[in-house]
Amino acid sequence: MASVTDLSHHDVEAHHEHHLPTGWRRFLYSTNHKDIGTLYLVFAICAGLIGTALSIIIRAELLEPGMHVFPLISAIMSGDGSVDAAKNMYNVFFSSHAIIMIFFMVMPAMMGGFGNWMVPLLIGAPDMAFPRLNNLSFWLLVASFILLMCSLFAEGSPGMRGFGGGWVLYPPMSSTVGTPGPAADFVILSMHLAGASSIIGSINFIATIFNMRAPGMTMFRMPLFPWSVLVTAFLLLLALPVLAGALTMLLTDRNFHTTFFEPAGGGDPILFQHLFWFFAHPEVYILIIPGFGMVSQVVATFSKKPIFGYVGMVYAMLAIGVLGFAVWAHHMFTTGMSLNAQRYFVFATMVIAVPTGVKVFSWLATMWGGSISLRPPMLWAIGFVFVFTVGGVTGVVLANAAIDRYLHDTYYVVAHFHYVMSLGAVFSIFAGFYYWFPKMTGYLYDERLAKWHFWVSFVGINLAFFPQHFLGFQGMPRRVVDYTEAYAFWNMVSSIGAFIGGAGTLIFLYLLYDAFKAKRLAGDNPWGPGATTLEWQLPSPPPFHTWETPPHIFGDEDAHAPAIAGQGSPA
Amino acid sequence: MRVSSDAIRAGLAALAAALVAPKAEAQVFGGPKSGGIGFLPGVTENAENMFWFHNWILLPATIGISLLVLGLIVYIVWRFNETANPVPSRRTHNGLLEFAWTVAPALVLVVIAVPSFRLLSEQLIIPAPDLTIKVTASQWHWNYGYPKSEGGFAFDSLYVEDKDLKPDQPRLITADHEMVVPVGKVIEVDVTSQDVIHSFSVPSFGVKIDAIPGRLNKTWFKADQIGMFYGQCSNICGIDHAFMPINVRVVSQADYEAWLVEAKKQFASLDRVRLAAAPLVNP
Repeated sequence: MASVTDLSHHDVEAHHEHHLPTGWRRFLYSTNHKDIGTLYLVFAICAGLIGTALSIIIRAELLEPGMHVFPLISAIMSGDGSVDAAKNMYNVFFSSHAIIMIFFMVMPAMMGGFGNWMVPLLIGAPDMAFPRLNNLSFWLLVASFILLMCSLFAEGSPGMRGFGGGWVLYPPMSSTVGTPGPAADFVILSMHLAGASSIIGSINFIATIFNMRAPGMTMFRMPLFPWSVLVTAFLLLLALPVLAGALTMLLTDRNFHTTFFEPAGGGDPILFQHLFWFFAHPEVYILIIPGFGMVSQVVATFSKKPIFGYVGMVYAMLAIGVLGFAVWAHHMFTTGMSLNAQRYFVFATMVIAVPTGVKVFSWLATMWGGSISLRPPMLWAIGFVFVFTVGGVTGVVLANAAIDRYLHDTYYVVAHFHYVMSLGAVFSIFAGFYYWFPKMTGYLYDERLAKWHFWVSFVGINLAFFPQHFLGFQGMPRRVVDYTEAYAFWNMVSSIGAFIGGAGTLIFLYLLYDAFKAKRLAGDNPWGPGATTLEWQLPSPPPFHTWETPPHIFGDEDAHAPAIAGQGSPA
Repeated sequence: MRVSSDAIRAGLAALAAALVAPKAEAQVFGGPKSGGIGFLPGVTENAENMFWFHNWILLPATIGISLLVLGLIVYIVWRFNETANPVPSRRTHNGLLEFAWTVAPALVLVVIAVPSFRLLSEQLIIPAPDLTIKVTASQWHWNYGYPKSEGGFAFDSLYVEDKDLKPDQPRLITADHEMVVPVGKVIEVDVTSQDVIHSFSVPSFGVKIDAIPGRLNKTWFKADQIGMFYGQCSNICGIDHAFMPINVRVVSQADYEAWLVEAKKQFASLDRVRLAAAPLVNP
């Protein structure tokens, strides 16, 4: 992906005073939103491959009862092939899988990658508001990832490598009681840096979107992807400091003998859970809201129709963002909260279903009456709408504390959040990727391969996660390395599904190789008349600097006429 | 969909079993069945209400909504694809429709909320218990403490390794000493932990409560049928998280008393100083 700058456009921009950086300087020192976006995307793809490999190994272990795979993995990674080391390594793997997928795959892809690339293009800005902060934001994330990798090889439990307490980092499992070794400190510092990176990034997005829109690009003419990035940036800005506080307290508990979360010193482990979920519930919306924006634009483009209920879509995202801060303790129904507290969190959680429903119905209504072409981005977007609905309705089930008491911490929950994340968020990322790939690189990919990628992934991942609902009903707890024989059948089905999904990833990698090798030129707009947003008026790939002269956005001055809203100047 | 019919059938079967033979002699196997897709057998009123609420209200709602969306997608793609509908409409608004799809889900939620809140109260308001048992979790086993009134003893319950299993015992979810309780009695369970957070879970009773150091969490159940009921630790607690099963045997009052005599002999000489044996005050 190093070829995003077409040098022929360099000549066009030759009046610009400074020379284009080349080689490693171009990326290491980069302050260009497109180059930083590319870095983020490459980073997300690499992290995604590592996270996927971890999940495939986990599913290989769970293919059959008994322990077969992790003794070997543990022998390779730590030189200790004992049963205990294998159990520990399994815990380390699922913890790392979650952290990698959340902080190093979905967030960098959506916000860092597509956000950096497309927000300035879509609002007609020449770059991000703070280009140097943008660079810092990316490289902090790399440092954060290195710290996480260090934790894999540091001592955690006595005599064991890595941190195996889950991404939630609940003390005392993450304090010196459960993990005396420095592996937990590495994870904490890694998440601190990832948080700092995201806070910096979100400040940048907020400043850019509020201040750098092209003339005539009013807030309610902005396409839905920048809107979704704006909402997400606010969630990050408000949620991450709370995580930072909780992590700092955990760090001082571990290293400086404070007792914030230590009952023996008057502290409370549940306090950490409240602080953590006050961050982490908005966090799960952070992982999906930019996906809403991408799916909205893809659905509109390939239905050749403007978004149906644009204003409703914006308010739904705002509502989901605001409500996301008021529901955190629905992750804690089994911690012994009072009846009234549980009543409130049940109620607040169910309310979120309303704006979510508005979004799903609006996507369907956008397609209704359209002239739909089922090109790869649209396939992924339609797939998203369906799997997100399935994950959403199981969320309504889990919102009821009365039922959550049975399903909490079972595979039903695993199925639920993988439907909204592994299918939902990831499908929206691929929708965005296949939508903007020709714009970002200038090359067309093989659409036949992209469709294969979709169908193989769709079948594989559904096969992997749908049976996990059954395992949850049957009471199988999550995060177990081994299970009783009664769970064998559906676990085998699930593992086979995961392997098929893994094959889909290989198709994706081949597609990338093929696209860069074949060099089929995309042209400015490969998607036809439905692609009305500003980025399609630029060459593919866009020149190093774009919108140095801001475009003027014309439109119906009536904010309630979104037929025009968010579109470029009429050609 | 097979899901719905089987799950409903499983729910119905549990319901029917409870109605027809509330005090049946047959032992219930309260653990997972191979290839099973529904809830485990429910033997408390709370568990049965929970399963009814899920199978008759939540499941139809979730499957209905999923199928509605799937059906709409299939219809739209068939009816409005670019060959069938080359000229797209420009319609972007319908106030009534937008109002309807905001209000209709809210109404569905109200229908769900009514039984949900009732059930929540039933679960969390603990009736006066006939027996209180203290459950203490540690890495990686459970300890069950019986009050002074029952003889004041406590015992550890450990995972049974594969080589020590009896032929009829399921692997991994069998413990060496199970908690034994009388049928038809309100049992309060007071749960705590000595190290990290664990979670005490018995699906057939509709019970799951975290074991947290420094806290005493309470829950309750009243089992209507005798049998053996299986659960597992439900919060990641370290390397042997998968190896701390929870076994509860529900027996008749006579069998319970007989077990008490044996248990006092077997366990009373053990760790006398355990907190679990301290007298417990009913709330």
